[in-house]
Amino acid sequence: MLIRPPNDIPASEITPPEIYRERRRFMQGMGALAAGAALGVASEAQAGARLPGVRASAYTLDEDRTPYKSVTTYNNFYEFGTGKDDPAERAGSLRTRPWTVAVEGEVGKPGVYDIDTLLKLAPLEERVYRMRCVEGWSMVIPWVGFPLREIIRRAAPTGNAKYVEFVTLHDPRQMPGQRSSVLDWPYVEGLRMDEAMHPLTILAVGLYGEVLPNQNGAPVRLVVPWKYGFKSAKSIVKIRFVEKQPLTAWMKATPSEYGFYSNVNPQVDHPRWSQAKERRIGEFFKRDTLMFNGYGDQVAQMYRGMYLKKYF
Amino acid sequence: MPMFVRNPKLWLFVACLLPLARLVWLGFSGGLGANPIEFVTRSTGTWTLVGLMVTLSVTPLRRLTGVAELIRYRRMLGLFTFFYACLHFVTYVWLDQFFDPAAIARDIVKRPFITVGFAAFMLLIPLAATSTRAMIRRLGRRWQSLHRAVYLIAVLGVVHYLWLVKKDLTEPLVYGAVLALLLAMRLPWGVALLQSIRVRRSPAGS
Repeated sequence: MLIRPPNDIPASEITPPEIYRERRRFMQGMGALAAGAALGVASEAQAGARLPGVRASAYTLDEDRTPYKSVTTYNNFYEFGTGKDDPAERAGSLRTRPWTVAVEGEVGKPGVYDIDTLLKLAPLEERVYRMRCVEGWSMVIPWVGFPLREIIRRAAPTGNAKYVEFVTLHDPRQMPGQRSSVLDWPYVEGLRMDEAMHPLTILAVGLYGEVLPNQNGAPVRLVVPWKYGFKSAKSIVKIRFVEKQPLTAWMKATPSEYGFYSNVNPQVDHPRWSQAKERRIGEFFKRDTLMFNGYGDQVAQMYRGMYLKKYF
Repeated sequence: MPMFVRNPKLWLFVACLLPLARLVWLGFSGGLGANPIEFVTRSTGTWTLVGLMVTLSVTPLRRLTGVAELIRYRRMLGLFTFFYACLHFVTYVWLDQFFDPAAIARDIVKRPFITVGFAAFMLLIPLAATSTRAMIRRLGRRWQSLHRAVYLIAVLGVVHYLWLVKKDLTEPLVYGAVLALLLAMRLPWGVALLQSIRVRRSPAGS
């Protein structure tokens, strides 16, 4: 028996292939968007999501990494409270999208960077750094980020740009610790231009290969490994190039205890406690604190001739 | 029910052991956080301060309520305060400094907050040593003068905490306020105030 194709569809009703392919592509796009929304808007922004394309770097350490749990539950981030566990418990209220970072001041090319643009500005690298807190404890953290100089280069600083100032988000609704006046908000930190340009200085967007958790300064923070931890400003919204040395939040709060440089230095004690030793989180015995946190070979020349007891 | 179970002293003893029991429990269940030594140091220090405040509130409470037998619990509270102070000191000497006498001596001389904390602990020792009935009898009137040192110890304890915190002074100031209140209640007008409150609250004629 011969089966004849039905002849009842007129040629004019048949969708040409270029149209139906287009339609199919559109539907696929919609589906992907819907899936993205169901998983939480822009799933790549979520803490814990893997950051794609992270390269290994030469900046690594032959020391045990501090466990992820300690790195993300033992934090100083006064924007969420002064207790060590406050940030992990309370930073859920911080919204990291949308987020912009303004680059301004003494620059030829000021601009406002969207966080997702910033993430693609330069290749992301893993940097395993020591982190020494001014309180006398330390960690080893595998950060993910890129050198700060990548942004500085694009901003084209003028000859007047001698320092860089970093400003953290100021929004007490998202950062409940800012309802208390423990510091003069917003949190401000600063670096000298050569420190900011130093290859060790990075903007971090992740740790352990994953998107930075809120309590660690999401979505973007500074990491300056040879300085005490508080110099590494978190949740940055503004990078300003200035001529005069910035007045940082801690200098404003207690000028006798916290200086502008705040380089890790076992020979210069905090007025109230010794900085000679530190407790590496997870270790039982204290270990000796290293000059410039062990980065002296790379950074000491920037401070040659400076009396470090005065410029603490 | 056996007699000793109805003895409030037994219950007080058990209650005073709870902060230590909690630390032991957290220690075995991995609940001391990323920096266990800091946690234990903080916790034992906190309970020493709380112990001082509770011990110092016995006399004002007695004056306020007229319940004279409250005084019977004061010694145990004072000795538990000393017990937590010992744990705090041992945590520092052993876990923090690891018996490094040079480092400890340097700390005591150079760090004001450790200087006052150490002084407070040293002053507690004679008080604990003279807490037995025999010592009370032997010292007579001098016992009371000696034990007035607890006012100074409490002040040093609060200053120790105040000088150690990095920025947020709220908690040490709360202890300071409680201590100021407890000391004020020992001044003549404080004693009179407590007495007048008691008289007003008790039924007329009783």
